[in-house]
Amino acid sequence: MTALTTIPIHYYLVFCSTLFSIGVIGVLIKRNALVILMSIELMINSINLLLAAFSAYTNDPAGQIFVFFIMVVAAAEVAIGLAIVVLIYRTTHSIDINVLNKLKW
Amino acid sequence: MLTVILILIPLAISLILLTIKQEKAIRQFALAGAVVEFGVAVAAFITYKTSCHCNLLFTADWLTTLGVSLKFGMDGISLLMVMLTTFLVPVIILSSFSHTYSRPSAFYSLVLLMEMALVGVFVAFDGLIFYIFWELALIPAWFICAVWGGHDRIRITFKFFIYTFVGSLFMLVALIYLYFRTPLPHSFDFQWLYAATLTPAEQTWIFIAFFLAFAIKVPVFPLHTWQPDTYTAAPAAGSMLLGGIMLKMGIYGMIRWMIPICHQAVQLYAPVAIILAVTGIVYASVIAIRQNDMKRLVAYSSIAHVGLIAAGVFALTPYAMEGAVIQMVSHGINIVGLFIVIDLIEQRTGTRSIRDLGGIALKAPRLAIMFMIILLGSIALPLTNGFIGEFLLLLGLFEYSKIFAAIAGLTIIFSAVYMLRMYQRTMLGTTNGLTEQVSDLTWPEMVLFIPLVVMIFWIGLFPGMFLDVALPDVLQILNFVK
Amino acid sequence: MTLIVLLIPLFPLLGFLVLGLGFRAVPKKWATVIGTGTVLLSFIVSMVVAFNLRYFAATLPGFSFDWISIGPLKIPFAFLIDPLSVVMLLIVTGVGFLIHLYSVGYMKEDPGYNRFFAYMNLFVFFMLLLVLGANYPVMFIGWEGVGLCSYLLIGFWFKNREYNNAAKKAFIMNRIGDLGFLLGMFLIFNTFGSMSFGQVFAQAKSMPAGSPAIVAITLLLFVGAVGKSAQIPLYTWLPDAMAGPTPVSALIHAATMVTAGVYMIARSNILYVLAPATMTVIGITGLATALFAASIAIFQNDIKKVLAYSTISQLGYMFVGLSVGAFTGAMFHLTTHAFFKALLFLGAGSVIHALGGEQDIRNMGGLRSRLPKTYWTFLIGTIAIAGIPPLSGFFSKDEILLHVFEYSWPMWKFAVAGSLMTAFYMFRLLFLVFFRDFRGTEAQQHHMHESPPVMTTPLIILAILAAVGGVLNIPEIFDGGSRLSAFLAPVFADAAAVTAHQVPLPHSTEWLLMGITLAGVAGMVLWAFNRYVRKQPVLLPDSARRSFIPNLLTKKYYIDELYDFIIVKPLDRLSTFLHDVVEIRFIDRIVNGVGNMVVWTGNTVRFIQTGNVGFYMFIMILGIILILFLNILI
Repeated sequence: MTALTTIPIHYYLVFCSTLFSIGVIGVLIKRNALVILMSIELMINSINLLLAAFSAYTNDPAGQIFVFFIMVVAAAEVAIGLAIVVLIYRTTHSIDINVLNKLKW
Repeated sequence: MLTVILILIPLAISLILLTIKQEKAIRQFALAGAVVEFGVAVAAFITYKTSCHCNLLFTADWLTTLGVSLKFGMDGISLLMVMLTTFLVPVIILSSFSHTYSRPSAFYSLVLLMEMALVGVFVAFDGLIFYIFWELALIPAWFICAVWGGHDRIRITFKFFIYTFVGSLFMLVALIYLYFRTPLPHSFDFQWLYAATLTPAEQTWIFIAFFLAFAIKVPVFPLHTWQPDTYTAAPAAGSMLLGGIMLKMGIYGMIRWMIPICHQAVQLYAPVAIILAVTGIVYASVIAIRQNDMKRLVAYSSIAHVGLIAAGVFALTPYAMEGAVIQMVSHGINIVGLFIVIDLIEQRTGTRSIRDLGGIALKAPRLAIMFMIILLGSIALPLTNGFIGEFLLLLGLFEYSKIFAAIAGLTIIFSAVYMLRMYQRTMLGTTNGLTEQVSDLTWPEMVLFIPLVVMIFWIGLFPGMFLDVALPDVLQILNFVK
Repeated sequence: MTLIVLLIPLFPLLGFLVLGLGFRAVPKKWATVIGTGTVLLSFIVSMVVAFNLRYFAATLPGFSFDWISIGPLKIPFAFLIDPLSVVMLLIVTGVGFLIHLYSVGYMKEDPGYNRFFAYMNLFVFFMLLLVLGANYPVMFIGWEGVGLCSYLLIGFWFKNREYNNAAKKAFIMNRIGDLGFLLGMFLIFNTFGSMSFGQVFAQAKSMPAGSPAIVAITLLLFVGAVGKSAQIPLYTWLPDAMAGPTPVSALIHAATMVTAGVYMIARSNILYVLAPATMTVIGITGLATALFAASIAIFQNDIKKVLAYSTISQLGYMFVGLSVGAFTGAMFHLTTHAFFKALLFLGAGSVIHALGGEQDIRNMGGLRSRLPKTYWTFLIGTIAIAGIPPLSGFFSKDEILLHVFEYSWPMWKFAVAGSLMTAFYMFRLLFLVFFRDFRGTEAQQHHMHESPPVMTTPLIILAILAAVGGVLNIPEIFDGGSRLSAFLAPVFADAAAVTAHQVPLPHSTEWLLMGITLAGVAGMVLWAFNRYVRKQPVLLPDSARRSFIPNLLTKKYYIDELYDFIIVKPLDRLSTFLHDVVEIRFIDRIVNGVGNMVVWTGNTVRFIQTGNVGFYMFIMILGIILILFLNILI
């Protein structure tokens, strides 16, 4: 029994779902690309937490190993994402996604 | 080993050609290479006939986990097809000498690449390898037609490419599905594919997929509309490669892959296929009667002739199948001969329009004689190659169904109608402004015809050699449908 | 012996190869020697073979090698020497040689001299194959080969578009027949498992009469014969075939090729006697053709066309003879016809030669004194074909008529009517060409000359043959030995065994029938004499108005126009329709339609690509939610 398991599993479920939904809503309603990226991070981390929680409850370390993987990949992804955002800002002087509609048909 | 050498020689020559700069050297090297290739094919033929019946097999591992191996070999049917290919390519290369193509190194390189792919198709004993060569053949064919072709070539060759490619993709899907139906561990080896266990429904679907791929290539009515345009737009050498050899891939595929693999479905749907083929014979023949462009006329005549071959294949009788094999060879020789004649006429007069020509026999009697001989082969006069094939095809078809044979037999009447019309309007009659100055065949041009004419009479007089080579394998293929 | 038989077709083949490959390089003198010499050699060898056969053996071993051989399908390249093929051999090489000889003079000035002899030799080669073949496929080689040579020779003067059309028409009409022949062969193979004469006939013997397979086989083969021997409805090519040089008309379109159909049926006699239905069809076709062509011949004004229709009509007689089982009679008539029709054509050629290419008998007349040799030989030919004794035509025609009478009395009436018409139009031709005054131009009259000896010699030899050819088969009623019948008897033995043996007619009936026919013929000759010699002949130009029946006959019953209207034109229109409408507007439109649909779909769907990132995300999440719900639901 670790510290994690002192809290019942459905608390984690509810908490992570809430966190994930906040992220989704953030992605959907925000127009600032930076904020969208942050919302995506929020979604990823909610999943990470859930993975860690289930890992603890089922006594399977694979979940926690995945968490580390995801964190590494997410860091790389954020680096690229931020770089793209910076480049976009340099060329268009805006990171408002509604302005960024050059890629249409 | 010979089988692999047959694939490697044209590939090597094709690559080396790209490095040569002078046009003359390119031509000579390409021709020399193609002749050497033919020599190797003859050696393979002799080895096959005399020593083993070992199918000249070559096997090497490739993608072992997927069950794909580099398996090449030749049975009698492939051997004849390889002989046809390697025999025609030097003739085609020689016939191109009278043209000055831009970027000659690329042109001759593509012709040899095409030869390699065609040989590969005929010797592949592995489903996936077969597919790879099948598609590979399309690439040089497309480039030859699209780069050196005639009027409106981009649109026409695009259609040709997409049309045949779509058909091939169905075949790929069928092959992959078959792969999963082979016994464990799965393999693309042709014998494993033959052994795949299929329910009747699966057979039907695989039959449809194969039939689409092969019928488009042949082409069988009503999937033929790419063909007249493509033959017309292609350069002379391209038409010869397409009409002489490439469409044989379709028939060969039917015999080698489709019939053994989905034999039940083939038996079930043979009447449908025969009806399509026979319709195509009459349909294309009737259209050919009124064509004005010589190349288009030959294209439609070709649809009619290969329609008969396809009908013969689906008759699933030994005579018809033997006829189909021998007629593939004959048709290749005849159509290349016809295209050479048309090319020479076009070079001399600048037109292929039947209406504008006439009286060439007065100015070029040797050309007229060559044209007549090839034409006789094409209309299946006895003692020429065309007769052996059509006789056996019709005989086999007759055993299958008397009505179909009678309808398909109309081809011998129609072919006389349109071929003689073409001959009469171009060669006979009086000369006009265009044909006034036509010169007769030069000796180098005669050399072009001699091998063709020799083969026309050889097959016509002594078909035994060719029939015997293919017979055991034809019977083996037909064993599947018994 | 085997190799000697091989020599017969080999000589003309060699002649063709030398003249064909050597082309213009062969000097004219050598071309003459090769062209005629090879056929003469064949004739000599044929004589040797015939002699051997007559006095030593019933059949001779032929030569053979495997041509096509797949499992049970064995087609050896085999020759058969029996009385029937020997008779044909002698006709083909003998008459062929005389015509070759004649051509030396006739074609002397032609620039295509070597080519002509090359084609003629090739023709003889194929005709010999046809005759010698020991199975149907080898016969078919010859069958198609002679069609090809006929094509090449009709269109020999290929600058002329009309001639080329005639040549093409001949080839295509022959090919229609050939398809029938081909299918007949297939059915033979299907029924008997072999295509060689020996095996097929041996098995056929034991089949019941009138079995459907045999009726179908014989009908299909008869279609081939109809094409090759110019019977209704495929006869229209033969009059047009007169476009070729006259020796060609004599050799191919009178003496040999067109009789191939008769030979083939005589060869397959056992099959035909087992198919009474087919025999009826043949009889009706033959009789109709004989009358039809004869009636057209009466009103023709082109010397060669008259002879062409006469040939069609005579071939009709041969078929009538075959249909009543008088195989010997048909072969006998074939032989005598080869003599006198070749003679008539060569005589016509001599006339045309003398008049510088004139063929219209309205512009001839009075040639009797200027061309005496031609006149006398032509006269003999005319008497022979009209069936006046004791010339050959009388005996052969009489034998057919007699058998027809035994078979059916109404049919005999029609046959006699045809024979009377023959007498009329032939004497009309003779009188218009050789009697009264010359009606041509001054220049022609000045130029007119008797043909050189190289042309008249064959005429004289043929005239002798036409005159005495009857001795081959003088019937028993004249105390003759019926030698040809005896000679051919082994070939027709099986057929004779099948047909119920009839009691021969009493001699009094025979005399009576002969008397009726002869009286009619004599009447016809007198009528023609009265019309064209005693009185000034009335010769209308082509454009003149005629009453209904003469007009119909002059215009050949409008059959060519009818074929043009119901076959040629609709086929042309169908071709255009299939290409312009079905091919381009229908099939190709569907193909292009598939491509266009992809393009259209792309064009439509691309509007979803708004470029708005928020929209994409919304769609994405909507998709995820949908997938989640679908997973739950399903």
